[in-house]
Amino acid sequence: MWHQKTLTELSEALSTGKVTSVELTDHFLNRILHFADLNAFLDVNNDFSRKQAQIADEKIKSGKAGPLTGIPLAHKDVFVTREWRSTAASNMLENYVSPFDASVVERLGPDGAGMVCLGKTNMDEFAMGSSNENSAFGYSFNPWDIDRVPGGSSGGSAVAVAAGLAPAATGTDTGGSIRQPASFCGLTGLKPTYGRVSRFGMIAYASSLDQAGPMAKNAKDCALLMNAMGGHDPRDSTSLDMPAENYSRHLGQNWAGVDGGSKEEKPLAGLRIGVPKEFFSEGLSAEVRVKVEAAIAEYEKLGATRVDVSLPKTELSIPVYYVLAPAEASSNLSRYDGVRYGHRAHDYKDLAQMYSRSRSEGFGAEVKRRILIGSYVLSQGYYDAYYLQAQRIRRIIADDFQNAFKQCDVIMGPVAPNTAWKIGEKSKDPVQMYLEDIYTLSANLAGLPAMSIPCGFDSEHMPVGLQMIGNYFSEARMLQIADIYQDKTDWHKAEPEFGSVLKKRGVAA
Amino acid sequence: MNIEDIKHLAILSSLEINSDEANATLNQLQTIFTLVERMQAVDTTGVEPLFHPIAMIQDLAQPLRQDAVTEQNNREANMAAAPAQHEGLFLVPKVIE
Repeated sequence: MWHQKTLTELSEALSTGKVTSVELTDHFLNRILHFADLNAFLDVNNDFSRKQAQIADEKIKSGKAGPLTGIPLAHKDVFVTREWRSTAASNMLENYVSPFDASVVERLGPDGAGMVCLGKTNMDEFAMGSSNENSAFGYSFNPWDIDRVPGGSSGGSAVAVAAGLAPAATGTDTGGSIRQPASFCGLTGLKPTYGRVSRFGMIAYASSLDQAGPMAKNAKDCALLMNAMGGHDPRDSTSLDMPAENYSRHLGQNWAGVDGGSKEEKPLAGLRIGVPKEFFSEGLSAEVRVKVEAAIAEYEKLGATRVDVSLPKTELSIPVYYVLAPAEASSNLSRYDGVRYGHRAHDYKDLAQMYSRSRSEGFGAEVKRRILIGSYVLSQGYYDAYYLQAQRIRRIIADDFQNAFKQCDVIMGPVAPNTAWKIGEKSKDPVQMYLEDIYTLSANLAGLPAMSIPCGFDSEHMPVGLQMIGNYFSEARMLQIADIYQDKTDWHKAEPEFGSVLKKRGVAA
Repeated sequence: MNIEDIKHLAILSSLEINSDEANATLNQLQTIFTLVERMQAVDTTGVEPLFHPIAMIQDLAQPLRQDAVTEQNNREANMAAAPAQHEGLFLVPKVIE
């Protein structure tokens, strides 16, 4: 079935005429409709999608197709689109339609790589959350167990790909929002180096941490998507002005750079994997530990060497992040005032109350909480003790990584301390949820690229993700390292069975 | 942190918060700041703040562009999402009597 195919396979099928883009698009649109109870999508429009598919089919016919032309994909609702609504899963932006497309949308779409947008995926409101439960429009269900969260904030994107409602999706990662849902739903996800992918048209949460990336079935697919998504964009002042890169260039090579060497018995000979002891300390579930250790052992079999490293401030990444991200959010979200766009309250006595009432009605609880924290840490008398102190520790965290990279080429550990938890289990206590982000936050604080790679299942058959953190700009190498593992293992090929469960339960119908 | 702090923060943040919400928020923020306080144990004397992660590896300068017109006038499209507008202007309640 088409939804079980990788992007490479779909590309091949399209170019050889085995299927048209319209047929593929209809197949996925039908699945989205059929499994609407998963609540993975916030906006779908068959006409818009089919129109893009027709354009793609024309391109394929006239021989102007690129490797991604005609392949459907889903966009996280944090990217603005001219056609589909862009809500960031907030009541503040309910029914908002953007006058322009985000750079990522433009580059992947009909005027760029030629992919077909299937719609906009569910997420935590303004990307603030680790479970998708902070969506104003109801959470999405994890297809591996519909009683569990899909992770967040890119939860809808993860569900869409895991459930075969889209062959791939875009996500954004401010503190783990690509890697953690990828891990919870058994996908491969990449958060690139900060500045690799344009933030233009990405609804801002924490600007010095936000970074967009691909979520797909395997590393090869992520590389293909990065080839189209990445690159300098003058419309984003933090976009890195570097030459375009081919992220697939190391695929198929062994670590030493020999073509076809990926088929060798020890293709990763020479690779040094740093394993930080702080990623395996108290708090890591025994089941996740076993699977991650097994994955690292598999890498050793492939020729890699394991090196013990230390990232001593790992635990402190939580308070540092939960000072800096809210500080930036309180500033970014000040734009929602009910004047130019977004929700406006009906009753107010003056302009000031129009602002405050519109904001209070439009924002959900977690968003308000983070705005208040941000206002606090930036306010006079607290700025030095909280905000500046956090930025100083942030440098120590980034320095610690550079010290570790003197001994190793990549760092590996768990993505999250636990597999996907039950819906409602952690939503009452924000701190309990924040603690779950412990292993993902530091890569954002340092701006480093990081991935999640499926590496097994726990005893309740929930997916476990292996995290790989690389040094700046090492994405192509990381994708190579992940790809070699995926050549030897099948974890990334496993598919959830959820259709019959959904039907029996009549979830949210 | 006390309830007056929360009310002050709400004003700074342009948020309306009723007493019940303020109490609940106070509890949550206190718990969060117990976690945040752990940062104070770190000696950061002489450490420069890292505001931009890429400053770790390269010097950053504000990128400049040519002072040329690049955007077209899309006033209508840009205003289409406004909650209240009239003849190309955003409408707000009267500010000056």
